[in-house]
Amino acid sequence: MYEQDNEELLVIKGLHKEYNDLIVLKGIDLKIKKGEVVVILGPSGCGKSTLLRCINGLEKIQGGDIRYKNESIVSKDVNLQDIRQQIGMVFQSYDLFPHMTVIENILLGPLKVQKRNKKEAMEQACELLDRVGLLDRQDSYPRQLSGGQKQRIAIVRALCMNPEIMLFDEVTASLDPEMVREVLDVILGLTKQGMTMIIVTHEMNFARSVADRIIFMDEGDICETSEEPEEFFTNPKTERAKHFLNIFQY
Amino acid sequence: MNLNWDFIIESLHLYGEAALTTFRLGFWGILFSLFIGVICSIILYFNIKGLGKIVKIYVELSRNTPLLIQLFFLYFGLTKVGIVLSEEACAIIGLSFLGGSYMTEAFRSGLEAVGVTQIESGLSIGLSKLQLARYIIFPQAISVSMPSLGANCIFLLKETSIVGAIAVMDLMNITKNLIGMYYQTYESLFMLVVSYLIMILPLSFFLTWLERKVRYAEFGN
Repeated sequence: MYEQDNEELLVIKGLHKEYNDLIVLKGIDLKIKKGEVVVILGPSGCGKSTLLRCINGLEKIQGGDIRYKNESIVSKDVNLQDIRQQIGMVFQSYDLFPHMTVIENILLGPLKVQKRNKKEAMEQACELLDRVGLLDRQDSYPRQLSGGQKQRIAIVRALCMNPEIMLFDEVTASLDPEMVREVLDVILGLTKQGMTMIIVTHEMNFARSVADRIIFMDEGDICETSEEPEEFFTNPKTERAKHFLNIFQY
Repeated sequence: MNLNWDFIIESLHLYGEAALTTFRLGFWGILFSLFIGVICSIILYFNIKGLGKIVKIYVELSRNTPLLIQLFFLYFGLTKVGIVLSEEACAIIGLSFLGGSYMTEAFRSGLEAVGVTQIESGLSIGLSKLQLARYIIFPQAISVSMPSLGANCIFLLKETSIVGAIAVMDLMNITKNLIGMYYQTYESLFMLVVSYLIMILPLSFFLTWLERKVRYAEFGN
């Protein structure tokens, strides 16, 4: 067993993933340090969403290892439930539970999974709701909210579990442009608190402003990694990244 | 047309008793059907080994044979092999056998309507499989199935009207007997319709109310 740097929250080694005969991830190596904000960019179908889903144990992998706090999440005897509580995930389609009110959505995990005290969990939920400006919607049902509101609630639902790391899977991709802003502002707020995050997005300007590190993926592999987002956007090293970034210029 | 009210008043207690019988059959039939439906749909949904096939055969057999034949089988067929059940027991078993498959299909379609993303979303906050079923899958499935479950309940209560064929004194059977004995056809049929309405209308209102309540969260009014 190799020694792991204390600061490294997540270590991925040679991650290989395939669906039937289609190879989706070809040996990904990635380390995420505590407090780091990593943005993953790349064309559709490059495997970036799959990578996030693997980290949360939603996909079975065919090779390699994913270690969270030096514990492999792909070994047979891992308690995925424990690990998932520490890895918050927000999806593109919000996926709030439609039969529960906003507050019930948020408290389900803290009360049933973490068995926390109701009063204390409620206080935290309200504080988080207040921070995203939706405290007055706590008794609404998801169908009564706009897309942007739903996505902010989904973020609160993940945050209320006190995760160590947050995964954002194209969380603004199905939102109207004016709602994108309100969601991105919430994520931006999290970076200021030092939350460790992996963000998959197509919002280039946002990526540029929040990322500590940019990872550019293509065809199931990491093409380019850049510790300086500014440099990546103005002067990408690989042809593939250049081509990709050009698409966003009019 | 003048109804013979004296006859109606005299036969009231007979209709009362028969209505109780019909109600009893419907009540147990619906209850057992729901029970069978829940169990079988869970077996199908979670694809429990070995049992899935049996459930599928049961559903096809039950839905594609008339209730009358099922009742004859239970009442006359089983007697031949030495199993003797009372008329009412046969009726309840027959109704449950038929209703069970309808309820299975209703619940199953509800379970299958729960999206994969809902399940992933639940998993991602650390829910166990059991918690996932209890808090996410079942509540959503029930709210989707509710309209067909309600329709099945009313269907089953109405289906009790054929149990006279195995000599149960239900509403239909008492009516046939009264017509046969006294030739008071209009009065008897009038009482029959009124008796069914007294039972089915409240059930129907109750189910509509329940459906609205259960579906409010997801679908609004």
